[in-house]
Amino acid sequence: MDTGTLVSLLGEGLLQTLYMTVLGTLMSYVIGLPIGVSLIVTGPNGIRPVAIYNKVMGFIVNVIRSVPFLILMIALMPYIRKVIGTGIGTSATTAALVVAAAPFVARLVEQSLLEVDPGVIEAAQAMGAGNFQIIRKVLLLEARPSLLNGAAVATINILGYSAMAGIVGGGGLGDLAIRYGLYRFQPSIMWITIIVLVILVQILQEAGIRLAARMDNRIN
Amino acid sequence: MSDCIISLQGVTKEFGTKGGKVVALRDINLDIERGDSFGIIGLSGAGKSTLVRTINLLEQPTEGKVLFDGNVLTGLRSRDLNLHRRKISMIFQQFNLLMQRDAIGNICFPMEIAGVPKAEARARAEELLKVVDLEDRAHSFPSQLSGGQKQRVAIARALASDPEVILCDEATSALDPKTTRSILKLLRQINEERGITLVVITHEMGVIKQLCNKVAVIENGEIVEQGDVDEVFTKPKTRAARKLFFPDSEDRETAETRTATKNRLRLVFNEKTAYKPIISNMILETGEPVNLLYANLDALLDEQIGQMVICLSDNKEAAERQKAYLIKEGVDFTEIPEDSDYYDYPLHGFGEEVTE
Repeated sequence: MDTGTLVSLLGEGLLQTLYMTVLGTLMSYVIGLPIGVSLIVTGPNGIRPVAIYNKVMGFIVNVIRSVPFLILMIALMPYIRKVIGTGIGTSATTAALVVAAAPFVARLVEQSLLEVDPGVIEAAQAMGAGNFQIIRKVLLLEARPSLLNGAAVATINILGYSAMAGIVGGGGLGDLAIRYGLYRFQPSIMWITIIVLVILVQILQEAGIRLAARMDNRIN
Repeated sequence: MSDCIISLQGVTKEFGTKGGKVVALRDINLDIERGDSFGIIGLSGAGKSTLVRTINLLEQPTEGKVLFDGNVLTGLRSRDLNLHRRKISMIFQQFNLLMQRDAIGNICFPMEIAGVPKAEARARAEELLKVVDLEDRAHSFPSQLSGGQKQRVAIARALASDPEVILCDEATSALDPKTTRSILKLLRQINEERGITLVVITHEMGVIKQLCNKVAVIENGEIVEQGDVDEVFTKPKTRAARKLFFPDSEDRETAETRTATKNRLRLVFNEKTAYKPIISNMILETGEPVNLLYANLDALLDEQIGQMVICLSDNKEAAERQKAYLIKEGVDFTEIPEDSDYYDYPLHGFGEEVTE
């Protein structure tokens, strides 16, 4: 394979991976963040305990999280095909990513919000703040650095999932590595994709840590 | 009728724990008048924190009613309760500031909740920073402030909603003595100049003495004694109160020295007698020695109050002369029966005017 083809293959794979990771992460947060908040709010020490909701939602989150991503994706394929018309490629993979990652995001958010000092929440209640004001102005803002750190972890995890999806024709760098590296015996391509993935993870982690530190007013 | 701003009527609070029910508060009846600086003192575990938290319903009482400014708060929908809560501010031992907001942002917070326009809130917050003497720290974050400065920000935040009452839950217990004095001074100023009612929870008698005009003593979830601070302090009726006012006396004395000595008197000095060399003059005049067992002098809202436990002469006739001298000088005293701890006996006949 000549260098030009290789570069365009890698470029396309990289773009697809970024597309799946970014869109998948965003949509996972759209679903996972409210679920995470609701788990904290309705928890036994939350600002509005609802034991039944908390137990049921916690159970659903655990069930989805206990299925390995590849198996979940294969199991979901027929349903994804029904909804978006195709079972392979970047869109199908993104849909599966969101189903798998949203519960993970919910737990990350829950962990971050648990770190918020209960005394501060109590102070807000004493001021006459309503539950939505407490969520918006106390929980989410006080936990912001931790939430950003969690977002970096979530993004990297979703990047990893998206690469895994290559085994069932999911598109992106993982797909490239499997098709060329494994099926066509070109280990060099596999190694190149691995290096690109490593660099991506490094950039994401570093960016997450720096952003979280910059957004944290407790240190400076 | 008195102008009662907070009234607790038959408030009982039970907690369900694994080991069964625990009664934290038992049938509390309490009236706090507008403008009072009302202290609630007790040892840890007495229930004082639970008590203050029932006033703004952070803790729902199991039984009883809580009234604020004539309105029954218990049983209100949370939206209506929140409207009342804006008039009852609270400051805490651990300050409880938002760590991600600077000082001025923290002070604006209650006004944001109440929907005060931003510019107006900002202007008021700047005003309040001056009140608490922190104008130069407007943009400091809590992590950059000392404990005393954090509590000042918290006090400014408490003032932001223009409250009728400020609840102080061990507000100085995390501060060093010097900072404690300056915070107490600020709170007293707020009470006196703005007429804001204070409810002060503490385990330290010093806080009550420097800040409060009324006090309630709480023990095992019950109010055992309440009244004007100087009344309760000079004439404590219950053992719980006396123990709080004779701090550490159990550590300083052995059981023997507490109980074996005869002829003991408890003297109380007021602002008229506290400055006179009563004891030395008594010795000179009667020619009889006196054994001093306990003494302290305190400022009670800037009035000097002292108390002393002395042991009179073994000679009966000499002891009578010593007592006569004290009566002549106008010093309040009571005799302490033998075999009882000096902080653990009923103060019979205490408080009668001593004629000169």
